[in-house]
Amino acid sequence: MNVLVYLVPAALALGGLGLAAFLWALKHGQFEDLDGAAWRAISDDDLPEDEKG
Amino acid sequence: MADAQDLSLFVRHPAEGVAAMDLVVDGVYCGACIATIEKGLSRQDGVRGARVNLASRRVTVEWNEGALDPPVILERLDALGYPAFPFASNTLDSVELQAEKRLLRCLGVAAFGAMNVMLLSVSLWAGADSDPNSATRDLFHWLSALVALPCAAYAAQPFYESAARALRARSTNMDVPISLGVTLALGLSVFQTLAHERLAYFDSAMMLLMFLLAGRFLDQRMRRRTRDFAINLSAIRADRAVKLFDGGEARETPIAAIQPGDLVLVRAGDRVAVDGTVEDGRSDIDQSLVTGETTSVAVFPGAQVYAGTVNLSGALRVRVESAASGTLLDEVHALLAKAVEQRSSYVQLADRAARLYVPAVHLTALAAFVGWLLLGAGWQHALVIAITVLIITCPCALGLAVPAVQVVAAGALFRRGLILNSGEALERLAEADTVVFDKTGTLTQPRPTLANAADIEAADLALAGALALASRHPLAKAVAEAAGAKEPMAAQEFPGEGVSATHRGEPVRLGSVLWCEAEAEAAPVAARWPDASLIALRMPERAVVFAVRQGLRPDAAAVVAEMARSYDIEILSGDREPAVALVAGELGVTRFEAGLKPADKIARLKALAAAGRRALIVGDGLNDAPALAAAHVSISPISAAHIAQAQADALFLGERLAPVADALRISAKARRLMLENLWLSVVYNLIAVPLAIFGYVTPLIAALAMSGSSILVTLNALRARDARRARR
Repeated sequence: MNVLVYLVPAALALGGLGLAAFLWALKHGQFEDLDGAAWRAISDDDLPEDEKG
Repeated sequence: MADAQDLSLFVRHPAEGVAAMDLVVDGVYCGACIATIEKGLSRQDGVRGARVNLASRRVTVEWNEGALDPPVILERLDALGYPAFPFASNTLDSVELQAEKRLLRCLGVAAFGAMNVMLLSVSLWAGADSDPNSATRDLFHWLSALVALPCAAYAAQPFYESAARALRARSTNMDVPISLGVTLALGLSVFQTLAHERLAYFDSAMMLLMFLLAGRFLDQRMRRRTRDFAINLSAIRADRAVKLFDGGEARETPIAAIQPGDLVLVRAGDRVAVDGTVEDGRSDIDQSLVTGETTSVAVFPGAQVYAGTVNLSGALRVRVESAASGTLLDEVHALLAKAVEQRSSYVQLADRAARLYVPAVHLTALAAFVGWLLLGAGWQHALVIAITVLIITCPCALGLAVPAVQVVAAGALFRRGLILNSGEALERLAEADTVVFDKTGTLTQPRPTLANAADIEAADLALAGALALASRHPLAKAVAEAAGAKEPMAAQEFPGEGVSATHRGEPVRLGSVLWCEAEAEAAPVAARWPDASLIALRMPERAVVFAVRQGLRPDAAAVVAEMARSYDIEILSGDREPAVALVAGELGVTRFEAGLKPADKIARLKALAAAGRRALIVGDGLNDAPALAAAHVSISPISAAHIAQAQADALFLGERLAPVADALRISAKARRLMLENLWLSVVYNLIAVPLAIFGYVTPLIAALAMSGSSILVTLNALRARDARRARR
């Protein structure tokens, strides 16, 4: 059962990391325009001219 | 000159030297629109940046203070092909947004807690529990407590606050048993852990919170989306007035920035945007939105004009009044205050269920406690049983039963062009058995159209159309539209009379019947279309008379016929008897009353209520507002007067009347589903409570029962989406 000594903290830490990421994203307005984000992902305006498809 | 705009009301200052403005943009649908708008605006000198929000159809523009004039941004967007409308984001908006974000944060925390506690619980259920000394189990319980207690302390706050509010007001709501259930589940679990016992309910408490928060969040988001949409609409429709400054300068100003005492200019063909007194000028006013009356009224210096009416013929200077003192408005406001008071006694289905449910659950738990004590069990064991009863009855499914259906049904209605102003409107709509329509603007289209086009020769219509294009008169617009005229004739306009021009060397005139000397030709047309406004075309040897009226909505006959099968239909109108009779005849409605004042409409509604009927009233005018507030439930078209919109339970968009029929159908279905869900919860409790009382409920059973019932209720609610697909 010694394996629990590091497995349980590891599981909690990973979960906590996920929660922290979610709260960060929420605070920075990542969920405010879900429709727009879907389109911005496929926009290639930020690429140099020769790489545009 | 009049095109200069004053937008200072809408400009924010987010940082030193930076100005920003929020705009509603019509017609953004995809990534290409985002790129066009953001790049197009950024190229403008002085603009720091622009950000499109596709979900809410809004753009936020920031620029360096003083580097450009705000109207330039509107012009720029217009040039890009996206007409934009500024709106002032109010504080209520950000409060609602904060509430939604908070619920999402709580949901995230609750989900984190539930998943991690479940991780530990599942391993206990899977066999970690079989360890003969309880060390592993206790360790897992302590770890669960370590996760669950802080998470619950944070995530359950919305429920605790709501429960506290209800208790302070000496009433109960669903949040009272929820708060109690969560608190007791956690408390009992800590107690059991201390006593090295097997049963701990950390997982149940966290899962309960997660499900309930998910429901709350969806509910809140639906509300905010609907409201955002309504704000966008009002920004697009926002009335502007041409304000006359002391120096004689005229500037188009948003209505929110107009103060009482200001002087505004109302041009012919404009909608009057303020209540006030005419200082200068003579004209005819179309008051149909205010009184339902379709004949126009003459105004002169000293006369009252009301917001929502249309100035037909001459330019007016109007002095804006602070408190509306017109007899009509006074009457409307007094009636409104009374009507609103009467309706606030409505009790929602969920609250009625809570009133029965809360005492029943608490009494059952108490009975279980006393029962086990009398049977000789120790007080500790009896207490554990009683708390288990409270946990298992925690209204997870019940809490979701009504809001889940509301969210789904409101979404279905939204897709069909109907916006609900409140959740309980759905329940009241479902109870309606009588539908009362206003005529003008509700059954008929808000814009006038040419009624007798079929009786008029094409050449005459074309000539009239070309003449009409030269006029600003709204009736002339209807003739021009019917003729499909593109090229205006060189014509001279005579305010209040009409236009005259020379056609093939002969003088021709288009205007009032009197001015065109066409009384003889007008008589038969007036008899055929009693609710129409007449204009005449005078040619040297003959005259033609056009009847312009507000035609029926395109699907009015079909929709009313369909509704008449399951509802009693009535028409109550402020218009003249012949006009109302004509419309009632076209729709096949036998019960109608004409020439009604606002108080008469309320009296009729009272009579209906006294006869045990529950009336849905559909109306748009200022004169309908008290009736809208007094009726059991009410719907307004989006073109309605502001005061009517504010009173209505729901608004429908577009030219068609179909959303009203959809609303009745979907709300009836939603109510059925709500009742089904409540019964599902009752059945669940009938099975789970005896198990809890006799001590058979383990944490595993509690977890399965709670999530099972919640999922069942949610799936059932999805049926409110309505199988008939939304027609585009």
